[in-house]
Amino acid sequence: MNKNHTANPPNASNTPFLTIKDLWKAFGKFVALREISLEVFEGEFVCFLGPSGCGKTTLLRAIAGLDLQTSGEIEQGGNDISNLPPAERDFGIVFQSYALFPNLTIEKNIAFGLENTGKGKAEVSARVNELLELVGLPDQGKKYPAQLSGGQQQRIALARAIATEPGLLLLDEPLSALDAKVRVFLRHEIKELQRKLGVTTVMVTHDQEEGLSMADRIVVMNHGIIEQVGTPAEIYRDPQTLFVADFIGEMNQMAGKALSGSSVQVGQQKLSCPDHEFKNGSQVIVAVRPEDIVPHGKGARSQGAKDTIKTPGNAFEVIVSDMEFLGSFWRASLQSSKLGDARLIANLSINAVHRMSVEIGKTLKIEIPPERIKVFPPSQKVSQGSGLEDV
Amino acid sequence: MRAKSIVPGKRVKPKLGSDDWIMRGFIALIAIYLVIALAFPLYAMLSKAFSTYHYDLGQFEFQVSDQEGQFDGTILSARELNEKQQAYSQQELSTGSGGRLAVTNFFPDFSFRSTVLYKVRGIDDNAVFLVGSERKSGTVWQEVDSNKFRKVVLRPVKSTGLSNFSIYFSTPALVRSIKNSLLISAISTIITVSLAFWFAYSLNRSCMRFKGVFRLIAMAPILVPSLLPGIALVYLFGNQGMLKSVMMGESIYGPYGIVAGSVFFTFPHAMLIITTALAISDARLYEAAVSLRASPWRTFWTVTIPGARYGLISAAFVVFNLVITDFGLPKVIGGQFNMLAVDIYKQVIGQQNFEMGAVVSVVLLIPALFAFAIDRIVQRKQVALLSARSVVYEPKPNRGFDWLCFSYCALIAIFIVGILGVCQYAALIKFWPYDLSLSLKNYAFDLMDGGGWAAYRNSIKLASLTALFGTVVVFIGAYMVEKTQGFSVGRAGFQFLAMLPMAIPGMVLGLAYIFFFNNPNNPLNFIYGTMTILVLCTVTHFYTVSHLTAVTALKQMDNEFESVSSSLKQPFYKLFVRVSVPVCLPAILDISIYLFVNAMTTVSAVVFLYSSGTALASVAVLNMDDAGDVAPAAAMGMMIFYTNIIARTVHALVSRGVLKRTQSWRTR
Repeated sequence: MNKNHTANPPNASNTPFLTIKDLWKAFGKFVALREISLEVFEGEFVCFLGPSGCGKTTLLRAIAGLDLQTSGEIEQGGNDISNLPPAERDFGIVFQSYALFPNLTIEKNIAFGLENTGKGKAEVSARVNELLELVGLPDQGKKYPAQLSGGQQQRIALARAIATEPGLLLLDEPLSALDAKVRVFLRHEIKELQRKLGVTTVMVTHDQEEGLSMADRIVVMNHGIIEQVGTPAEIYRDPQTLFVADFIGEMNQMAGKALSGSSVQVGQQKLSCPDHEFKNGSQVIVAVRPEDIVPHGKGARSQGAKDTIKTPGNAFEVIVSDMEFLGSFWRASLQSSKLGDARLIANLSINAVHRMSVEIGKTLKIEIPPERIKVFPPSQKVSQGSGLEDV
Repeated sequence: MRAKSIVPGKRVKPKLGSDDWIMRGFIALIAIYLVIALAFPLYAMLSKAFSTYHYDLGQFEFQVSDQEGQFDGTILSARELNEKQQAYSQQELSTGSGGRLAVTNFFPDFSFRSTVLYKVRGIDDNAVFLVGSERKSGTVWQEVDSNKFRKVVLRPVKSTGLSNFSIYFSTPALVRSIKNSLLISAISTIITVSLAFWFAYSLNRSCMRFKGVFRLIAMAPILVPSLLPGIALVYLFGNQGMLKSVMMGESIYGPYGIVAGSVFFTFPHAMLIITTALAISDARLYEAAVSLRASPWRTFWTVTIPGARYGLISAAFVVFNLVITDFGLPKVIGGQFNMLAVDIYKQVIGQQNFEMGAVVSVVLLIPALFAFAIDRIVQRKQVALLSARSVVYEPKPNRGFDWLCFSYCALIAIFIVGILGVCQYAALIKFWPYDLSLSLKNYAFDLMDGGGWAAYRNSIKLASLTALFGTVVVFIGAYMVEKTQGFSVGRAGFQFLAMLPMAIPGMVLGLAYIFFFNNPNNPLNFIYGTMTILVLCTVTHFYTVSHLTAVTALKQMDNEFESVSSSLKQPFYKLFVRVSVPVCLPAILDISIYLFVNAMTTVSAVVFLYSSGTALASVAVLNMDDAGDVAPAAAMGMMIFYTNIIARTVHALVSRGVLKRTQSWRTR
């Protein structure tokens, strides 16, 4: 195995368990996956995250051998599995539809893969009970799938997938068919189970919350390419592309122009920002997350805390044009003659709004911390898609 | 090819697992079945239609001796002889595949008692002639005496062309059938679809009583051969009919009888399709119409009819197809009124003119294919409507309307029950119309032509075998084509073959089987005249509907079952046996009863293929009617009816029992 393939392997393990090299998939003239290279390490939980049609499920199905890639290599555990049929690979899979056999009992469903593996009846039955215990559904073995709730069925599907102790667990939008509450609950269940078993897991989802909360690493995909690979925190705090910034969490995007060195200008407002490589005067998108906007003024900090403006150049006055109560915080729409046409959204804590008595029409001083500003080229999508629209 | 240019790198070639190979093997097997049972026979028929035969006199040469038997070496060409003697006209030289031409006419002095000897030969190996029953060919002189020379006949050569068609279209009696068939089918279609629409409308949109009974009665015609209503109509309106006066001097033998009988036997088909179409219409549209204060009349034309339009169109083309391809009914009641399907029978059985039978088949194939294609297109649109359905319409009681619907349905039900009742009555009386006492003498089938009770037993055997083998072949075929990955060309070809039988009229299929299987050079020739060929033909004839039923059931299953099973490293047949078959069991049982009932009632395809040992009940009805034994024909027809009722009842009971045992997962 070529351990040196990645520059900085994450801490889970240093051995790439699954290696994808320059993988392409075309459906007729449509290229669904282009130039995908990726390494997944032993015991890692990796999430393929992206909007529908981005190719994440296609990639998962290629790993499973269910829809073969057009070109490119896949290695698992040191073996080239690029062209093997599913039955000759080593994985368990869970689908959004559960795909439980409706006419077999829960026990029989779980035991399906354990039969004719040389195990005795008692052994199979013991293993089934163990798995039922593991997914928290003992005593349900005699029921039929239709007699269980969606969440329970998905747990059975999970038990069936891991029954044969596969080296790789593939989850294809496993939670998408479930209610919001059940989804959050199962999220933790699955994550915990994965940690307990230590099985390398790849999950496909279009739900960023799911990805952020469950994955060790996230692979953000769009239009058949990988936009960024990183831990949830990296992806959120340091998006490499405008697409990632926009897709994960929320992001204010303002058209502006780059100034030399480490500053940009939006409207008449100059803003300090991290070093960038844009030419002086070129068009850019200036992005900042709503929760990174810091309000200033009387009552902005809790009593006793000091309210200091760290970068005075990045502080300016805005008018609150609209307010929306979202339960745990307020969302304020801000505008300023200095910013020109650009609008800003800021998430303000309930306490701050209360203490500062922020209202629609009121003027407010805010600061945008320079290190929280991201600068992207304006036509990034086109340059990234590298002519994808043409295919 | 295009993909190559946009994707770099080496293409990944899939390694096929053992499952893939087994499944492809199955597809190949069933595809071979369909090719042998369908494609080859049809090809044989088509080539027959375009084959013409004529005597090529230039091929043959003669020598004639003197009275002492000495040849002087003069060689006479048959063509020159014919030109000299004018023995045969050009028209007489064109013939059929079985044509034989006597040679003595070339020699005006010929006498079979003379001592003159003759020599005959061909100029190449293609020239064939018979000496007695011995087949000779080639350039070796065959010497025969005068007596033997009488028995020398020339055989024609085959060529390909359209001359059969030009003969067909220049024969007014044959061409008239095209117009007759189209006219009768169109009229029957309009009447059946209108009647069936109001029947289905009453079932769907009223709160009348006895809906279940009406539905059952409306389905009854499916259980009898199409020629049975013909027999009933003869008893009712024939020359000695019970209600002859109603006809006001017109004869039931002809268009009136065919239309009336066609309406009877196509009614359930139309009713089923229209009921489905009406059942999917959205109740919210009606609520919207009411809230907009639309009159019921306006609602009917703007909501009901557009919603059911695909069903109506589909029903129309199905009925049209059934009528134009039906053979039994016009045979029984058509009299001198010729229809295409009957022409095929007459050409083949009556005149032994197989080429012309094939030509009529091709002519009949055109409207049948056309109607089939339109029906398929419309059905696809109907499915799209179905998936978008929302709220089911619930009729509200309305005394006047409900009574109107009830009366209408009762009238239709009386018509259907009446036809069947007349048949049963006819079967039980001694001698209509002179001796009306009851007797069972019409059931003494063994005393009549047609095959007797053995024919009835053969029919049951045929139906059971068809149901058994047909279901297995159809379901496995549908499973393979639905669940195989890749191999798309093979699957598309298979799909096409599976759809084809629906477009092929039974008469055409039967005739095609004669051409293909009766050919002595065919290694499968040995099944000709056996039960095997009847089963093969019947399964093929009814393949499409069975295939579609299976495919629908399979499509309802989660597509990921196969993925899960292979990820668990289980062979596909384990999944097939333990999951696919049990889950699809209702559909499988439906396929088997469909095949059984149709095998009991079918006449058209098998009428060409039965032999003395494999006579069938449905064909016996036809033959007894033909022989004038109309009452026994009615009796046999009703035996088929009762058998089908029993089969359906058994099917219902078995289904219920099996479902209870194996489908307990369906109930929560």
